[in-house]
Amino acid sequence: MSSAEKVKDPEKEKRKIKSDKKMRDLMTAYYIEAKTPKEQTGKKIAWITSGGPVEPLHVMDIIPVYPENYGAMIGASKMGVELCEKAEAMGYSSDLCSYARADIACATVNGGPIGGLPEPDMLICCNNICGTVLKWYEVQARYYKVPLFILDTPICHTEYNPDMKRYVTTQIQEYISFLEKICGKSFDYDRMMEVGKLSVQGQKLWQEVLDTTMNRPAPMTCFDAFFHLAMIVTLRGTQTAVDFYESLLAEMKDRIAQGIGMLAEEKYRLVWDNLPVWYRLRWLSNKFAAHSACLVADTYTSGWCSSMKYLDENDFLGSLAEMYTRIFLNTGTDIMADNIVKMVEKYEADGVVFHSNRSCKPYSLGQYDIQRIIQEKVGIPTLMIEADMSDERNFSESQVETRIDAFIEMLK
Amino acid sequence: MEKLGIFKQVVSNPCQYARTWKQQTHGKVIGNFCSYTPEELITASGALPFRILGSGATISRADAFLQAYSCSLVRGALEDSLAGRLDFLDGTVFPHTCDSIQRLSDIWRMNTDYAFHADLIMPVKLDTGSAEQYMISVIQKFRKDLETGLGIQITDDGLRKAIRISNQVRNSLARLYEIRKTAPERIKSSELHTVLKASMVMDREQLAAALKELVLSLETPRAGNPANPKRLVLTGGLCSMPDIYDIIESSGGAVIWDDFCTGARYVEGRIEETGDLETNIARRYINRVVCPAKHSGIYARGNYLLEKVKENHADGVIFVFLKFCDPHSFDYPYMKEMLEKEGIPSMLFEIEDQASSGGQLQTRCEAFMEML
Repeated sequence: MSSAEKVKDPEKEKRKIKSDKKMRDLMTAYYIEAKTPKEQTGKKIAWITSGGPVEPLHVMDIIPVYPENYGAMIGASKMGVELCEKAEAMGYSSDLCSYARADIACATVNGGPIGGLPEPDMLICCNNICGTVLKWYEVQARYYKVPLFILDTPICHTEYNPDMKRYVTTQIQEYISFLEKICGKSFDYDRMMEVGKLSVQGQKLWQEVLDTTMNRPAPMTCFDAFFHLAMIVTLRGTQTAVDFYESLLAEMKDRIAQGIGMLAEEKYRLVWDNLPVWYRLRWLSNKFAAHSACLVADTYTSGWCSSMKYLDENDFLGSLAEMYTRIFLNTGTDIMADNIVKMVEKYEADGVVFHSNRSCKPYSLGQYDIQRIIQEKVGIPTLMIEADMSDERNFSESQVETRIDAFIEMLK
Repeated sequence: MEKLGIFKQVVSNPCQYARTWKQQTHGKVIGNFCSYTPEELITASGALPFRILGSGATISRADAFLQAYSCSLVRGALEDSLAGRLDFLDGTVFPHTCDSIQRLSDIWRMNTDYAFHADLIMPVKLDTGSAEQYMISVIQKFRKDLETGLGIQITDDGLRKAIRISNQVRNSLARLYEIRKTAPERIKSSELHTVLKASMVMDREQLAAALKELVLSLETPRAGNPANPKRLVLTGGLCSMPDIYDIIESSGGAVIWDDFCTGARYVEGRIEETGDLETNIARRYINRVVCPAKHSGIYARGNYLLEKVKENHADGVIFVFLKFCDPHSFDYPYMKEMLEKEGIPSMLFEIEDQASSGGQLQTRCEAFMEML
């Protein structure tokens, strides 16, 4: 490298988030522990869905591993197409969720990012995010021949009723019994209180981090949130997550104090809906930045604190059922629309970008209605991008580019 | 066969049948989406349970509400509704099954104006005690919702009668399955399919009587079918293509069993007529063969398919899926593998829309029969 290239642009350096490195290190340490032979750690591994209650696993010293987080890694490292094609050769339709396809294929080969996930001792599937995870985890239960626990959280189209509450609450007890049986030890309810408190603390801090973008200029964008999200997903309920988000929040507050925005110029403020397009994050980020459009908030990363209001810190286990059942994806389209309208108002957004994600029907079907509701209620422009979270074959750069350009014209 | 006349007539225009029924009885018509709908409660309320399958018309209006990666049932049903073809409905019932139906329920509730809308949020897992308890509460709630929504009372006597009729219907349909299996010359699969489609639409009392007559007329032996057809089991979601049976038969095959939502999954399982009726209804829907959007153990559907293949001495299996049906597509590889281990050949056919699939299916079917 020549010395000329080593000179860093101080303007760019100033805008870089310093916590990125810490985050990377923590996630590396987490994956190293998860991948350490079980004889050395003495810990069991559970594969769990992103919306599943992870806290009881921490109580039992079980290491949670997230195939969906791994699906994102696969997408971001552009290995999605190869693995999806492998799944298709196994007989899985190319119309199925790309996370599921990639993960199912990955299990059968020694490959993928970080050389594959550690093998599970159990599978924990909570269907509050979709019906796909049920089928996906059934596939893995047949493949790994390990016990599967399903936490069935009835969809709350318009209500969460006492029958649902009774059903899910009973299942939380069944979940604990399931873990006790597998681990051969009893559940420590005192420790549950501690882990519960850490979970609430982590969620609150994460929301506070996301809220810092209410500031103009926004100290971060949703592309940064997509990155820093991994911690609240995987290490929710640990001191590690609390400590990390405390320092991230401090950094954001510091940026605000110094007037540092993520974009050199912030002309337009936008809200993103649906999962990220993992293999085109940088491209999309640059594309919007070039138009001075800042994606200040998104429905996805805020999903992990979307039902915090139902959580009782002092009765964590008792409120667990409601919190996990009423996450925003497990509610009706009109409730999801209200959620976006509120975000638009809170973050003073000028427009909304929808990712119509072929892989995620519960997130994407209904978006056309939400578009109309936003236009009616707040009268701001919206953009629909057709893509997929991990399967690049469903992304047309030229088409997306044209749409973004036209959308920005509408904002002017 | 003249006993089939009534069924053919209903299927030729189910919407017209419902309109006429409404005029004559001044009753209400309740649309519903899958074989998990506890029709017995709708019948007991005095309303007509009307299964919505989509007329197969070209999609134009629904495109403004649903992405192209939704299945033809979801898009077709919404299209029919938006085009006013379902204007006779007084309400709709959405049992919770797959992600697409889940969102269709929201879109339907927000964009159509039928007086009654019910979401039946049944359990997804069906193999635990707490799930059964929850299912019972869902049935109880649906009864109350119907009573409030339609402004009527469902009495236990009325419910018992509806259950009895539904059992009679299912007994007759099961007998037709048996006749087709043992004496396929008496009823063709396309005819049985017509009967099933009509059964999900017709006034259930009228239906029970018509089915009884049909069964009786088929009990007598008739001049045999000299051909020795390949025995096939069909499996998948719902069959929206009536032609499929003719295509299979003209290619030298005979359908001897199916695992369709518009087939055996509708027929199998009876409801106890004594004891707590709501519990009994819940148990039927818990215990009958599962739809892949539900869970009853990780091998439930594969085992069921294999059992039916063996029991019926089938030569092969055809998987018939609607394109974009996630639950079925996820189950396909393992079910295919289970069949392969037993030396049973299979073929997968995905229906994108009814119109364009016929010719393709003909060619694939002929090749598959050759292989058998």
